[in-house]
Amino acid sequence: MERIPILRMGDLLLVTIQVDMHDRLAMTLQDDLTQRIVDDSAKGVLIDISALDLVDSFIGRMISNTAAMAAILDARTVVVGMQPAVAITLVELGLNLVGVKTALNVERGMALLGKSFR
Amino acid sequence: MYAASATAELIPLIETHLRDRYRKVRKDSVIVPLRTDEDVVHLRKHVRERALAIKLSLVDQTKLVTAASELARNTIKYGGGGEVQLEALDDGMREGVALLFVDGGPGIADVDLALTDGFTSGGGLGLGLSGSKRLVDEFEIDTRVGEGMAVSVAKWKR
Repeated sequence: MERIPILRMGDLLLVTIQVDMHDRLAMTLQDDLTQRIVDDSAKGVLIDISALDLVDSFIGRMISNTAAMAAILDARTVVVGMQPAVAITLVELGLNLVGVKTALNVERGMALLGKSFR
Repeated sequence: MYAASATAELIPLIETHLRDRYRKVRKDSVIVPLRTDEDVVHLRKHVRERALAIKLSLVDQTKLVTAASELARNTIKYGGGGEVQLEALDDGMREGVALLFVDGGPGIADVDLALTDGFTSGGGLGLGLSGSKRLVDEFEIDTRVGEGMAVSVAKWKR
């Protein structure tokens, strides 16, 4: 079965979504991430969506839910790299990703999670 | 009295004028089935190609593809599957993309309610219909309870 890879960096989990996800794939990612937070005792999750040219209500809800589940499991989530056209469309659609922290790029996202490359 | 009759004579003229000016030519019609999650992904790709073909701006492309994704999911989730017709539009002044989603599901009893933000009958966010309406230029729903529904949307190049 198709899966989106989750990388571990110290106590962070890093996900880069590079395919146009169908709904089942989005749900699988949500389940996998939640499981990995527990298995790896992760303190932070960074989701890079810079390659996504669309975030509809289903993917948006998956991101919101993942952040909420991570928070309950004592991990913080940051979504990075959203394309401007996607941000405009999301707001017009009426989805405001409540409770989801965002950052412009991976570096700033890591900083938000209290990490730095340097 | 005089003004009223003059207006009455003018109305058919105006109507004819408007009809000619805004006569839409529909072409390159393609019908795509909507049954599975993968069909939604395929449709997004199709719609993106159509939007690129008429050089819609990146923001408008994204809006149209997102609306298509929402409506396709509704067709599958609430309508039990169906199909979508893609068409290129041309009214002589500008080009556009039209999408017609059709299903044979239960239909919608109260369209106004279904178009309210946050209303859902399926445990979703309730943004599918109301949200996609905001993302397109033209939006029409035709539904009969127990027989199905058709949602027609269009996006024009600015």
